[in-house]
Amino acid sequence: MTSIIYQEDSDLRKSLRTTIFLLLGIVAYALICNLLLSPNSFFYVSVYSITLLGKYLCYALLALSVDLLWGYCGILSLGQGIFFGLGGYAMGMYLMRQVGERGVYGDPILPDFMVFLDWKELPWFWLGFDEFWFACLMILLVPGLLSFVFGWLAFRSRVAGVYFSIITQALTYAFMLAFFRNEMGFGGNNGLTDFKEILGFSLRSDETKITLFALSAIFLALGYAGSLVLVKSRFGKVVLAIRDSEERVRSLGFNTDKYKIFLFVYSAILAAMAGALYVPQVGIINPSEFSPLNSIEIVVWVLIGGKGTLYGAIIGAFFVNYAKTKFTGVFPDQWLFFLGSIFILATVFLPNGIVGLVKYLGQKANFLSESR
Amino acid sequence: MKRSDKHNRFRECITAFARPKTNRFFLPSVFLFFFNLLAFPAFSAPQDIKNDQNILREEIKALSTAKLRSIEPILEQLEKRGAIYLPLFQALLNGQLYFKKSNQDIVKLGKDQKGKRVEEDLFSNAKRPIESISEYKKIRTNNRLRVKLREIISRLELESQDFETRKSAIFNMIGKFQKEDIDFLQKLKKQEENQSILELIEFAIALNDVKHSPILDTRIEALEQISGNLDPRVKNTLNSILKSDLLLTNPSDSQILRPLVETELGRIAKKERFYSVLEKFSFGLSLGSILLLAALGLAITFGVMGVINMAHGELIMLGAYTSFVVQSLMPQQVGLALIISIPIAFFVAGSFGALIQYFVIRHLRGRPLETLLATFGVSLVLQQLARTIFSPLNRQVLSPDWMTGSLVINPIFSLTYNRLYIFFFALFIFTILQITIKKTSLGLKVRAVSQNREMARALGIQTNRIDALTFALGSGIAGLSGVALSQLVNVGPNLGQAYLVDSFLVVVFGGVGNLIGTLVGSFSLGILNKFLEPELGAVLSKVAILIFLILFIQRRPEGLFPQKARTLS
Repeated sequence: MTSIIYQEDSDLRKSLRTTIFLLLGIVAYALICNLLLSPNSFFYVSVYSITLLGKYLCYALLALSVDLLWGYCGILSLGQGIFFGLGGYAMGMYLMRQVGERGVYGDPILPDFMVFLDWKELPWFWLGFDEFWFACLMILLVPGLLSFVFGWLAFRSRVAGVYFSIITQALTYAFMLAFFRNEMGFGGNNGLTDFKEILGFSLRSDETKITLFALSAIFLALGYAGSLVLVKSRFGKVVLAIRDSEERVRSLGFNTDKYKIFLFVYSAILAAMAGALYVPQVGIINPSEFSPLNSIEIVVWVLIGGKGTLYGAIIGAFFVNYAKTKFTGVFPDQWLFFLGSIFILATVFLPNGIVGLVKYLGQKANFLSESR
Repeated sequence: MKRSDKHNRFRECITAFARPKTNRFFLPSVFLFFFNLLAFPAFSAPQDIKNDQNILREEIKALSTAKLRSIEPILEQLEKRGAIYLPLFQALLNGQLYFKKSNQDIVKLGKDQKGKRVEEDLFSNAKRPIESISEYKKIRTNNRLRVKLREIISRLELESQDFETRKSAIFNMIGKFQKEDIDFLQKLKKQEENQSILELIEFAIALNDVKHSPILDTRIEALEQISGNLDPRVKNTLNSILKSDLLLTNPSDSQILRPLVETELGRIAKKERFYSVLEKFSFGLSLGSILLLAALGLAITFGVMGVINMAHGELIMLGAYTSFVVQSLMPQQVGLALIISIPIAFFVAGSFGALIQYFVIRHLRGRPLETLLATFGVSLVLQQLARTIFSPLNRQVLSPDWMTGSLVINPIFSLTYNRLYIFFFALFIFTILQITIKKTSLGLKVRAVSQNREMARALGIQTNRIDALTFALGSGIAGLSGVALSQLVNVGPNLGQAYLVDSFLVVVFGGVGNLIGTLVGSFSLGILNKFLEPELGAVLSKVAILIFLILFIQRRPEGLFPQKARTLS
């Protein structure tokens, strides 16, 4: 695994360029095929597929955030869905406030579910969410703050490895239970939905959908570039060293907690941005995003793609989610069998994922051709 | 079907009464009916009526067309016939009384064991299936009628020949007696031979005296008699005494009585507080025993072996399904099935555990995060397997007779038998496990391997075999807890998930590799949960405990009872 990363070290620019070009290529292809071709053409990409792709792009960003933590620092967070969900909820609250009088009950200020629960005024934590900039700030601030406090508590008292995984899983479970309650003021079981428009653009129009898709791609590209620069910097080297032997790094005089907390906050913000982009595209956010199963699915994406290689996470997210869409279409009930088997097979036989497999095959081919 | 003249006459008057609702002169016909009824007993020997079910059937047909308002007088008349109509009153109270649209026959509609509606005869136990509910029409009641019905039923039951019926009838009427009922009770008291019923009657009379008697001494005496009784009706009666005028013959006496009643109320309140704490404590112990059962298996696989098994919850689920399957195979013997399913569940879950260990965990030694993920995959597969085989619906496992009901200690504090049994079952399993780990040669080897694998192997222990055995043992224990859980909750594919996070937290809280820690951890978490629940509500208290545990683990990552480490991690 380490050899993969060192190999990559030499061609940072190259891989950065390749991945970003690839991403932009997909976007350009989708846009051109949607806008210029007639719907009858074989190459036509429907708006439905574009939204689907947009969803995958958000997932890829989320997978990136897990890969940064797990692949580069050895911290397996089974609660990354918390940050994704919080970002999504912050965006959902903004979209909810934008509904205004067009809700079922027509209340100019209160969202439908509050009218339904017979609330008289907006709770304090909903104030300000009618402004887009404020919502954006909260999308970064709330998950950032939570991850900072949690990371500070956890890493300072040397909670690591499996313990950290279990605690994060318990935390996301607690979040799920809490958000299921109507009294929390986030729509309870149903969550937030029935959004109408974002910044004045209708969420139903094709143009908005395509724009959101393009934005997701841009954010993914930015997130990827930022993360790549981060892991190749001096900071990244220390983080890698922490993964391999934290005791030694600490003996060398580094304050490892600071590095881990920073990385944790950074990855939480990436996840939150993914959530915020995801919600306007799927049109709903509910507490099931906090379910432990959801968070653990993210880990599968990374595992399948190949952890410790940022683009591996992106490939994994696309691959597994594409498989999920196809699979649930054909055998709706058997998806868990498939997912469970992937888990087992990938951990036992494919510890470095698809990327590792391709590299291994490539090396083998090279070796064979050289020896000939 | 021979009928005498008088019966014919009776029938006529009823049909007159039971005419369709279009009859605008309904009241006169009611009067006519009563006139006939009142006159009726003069002609007939009651014996005749009681024996002839056909007459009974005809007599109650009046109910089928009567309006709500007019049902009450009919019921009063029917009451005079005695206990023969008890089933009718009860069916009417439970809303099970219908009449056939075709011939106005009054029947009771119940459900058989499969939940299908059947028609039941009111006077014999004959049952027959019905074709469609639309052929029947329900006889409606309202609140006032239901109150009336309850009174009638109690009165009839007070005179019942059956000892249990009589007892529960008196018990249910305590505190609600009217003046005439008390006279009736005094009469019953003289006839009654059974000691426990006599006590009940005396209690009922004393409760009445303490409120209504005009003489101070009688009241004080009655108060002394009911003192210390925690029946909620005592408290209600005493409270109502304080609120209203005392109505004593000598008004100055109320100065004496009032403080006496207040002290008694204070005493009751104190006892109630004590018992409510005791009750929460017992609920906490019960929850703790469930947590202990769920966590014990994990304490072996995670605590002793250090293997993260996310499929632990599904092994519990397997145990629960085993008890469901065994019960469906022998539906007649619920108790035996439960007992048999204990070893079977141990075996089933244990062998699944051995399979998981052999095919997955063995290959991932020393890579805890990967183990976690792979076993999570196993848990998904097992869940889906259960969903495919048993359907996603929840299944119910019946409890044998000796596990239903509760141990009543006093009117405000009782323990249900199933929780009691599970509590002792958990302690039993814990003891056996503790002995196995501490005293047997297998336990010694298990501890040796967990402490220093290389050294253990050097000393000739087959570590692979020990790993497999330990894992199978832990999984088997999970299966046992599944059997116990099947007695408390419905069995479904998601059963295990609910306990997975909890049991991990218990093990970590108690200290990894320490069974005593698991015991203390599960009971203290159970009790803490039950004491928080009334304050915060079920969900929020769960969240609060999770947060508490997260903070606790961060303060003391090695748990309540840290294991003495010999090597640096």
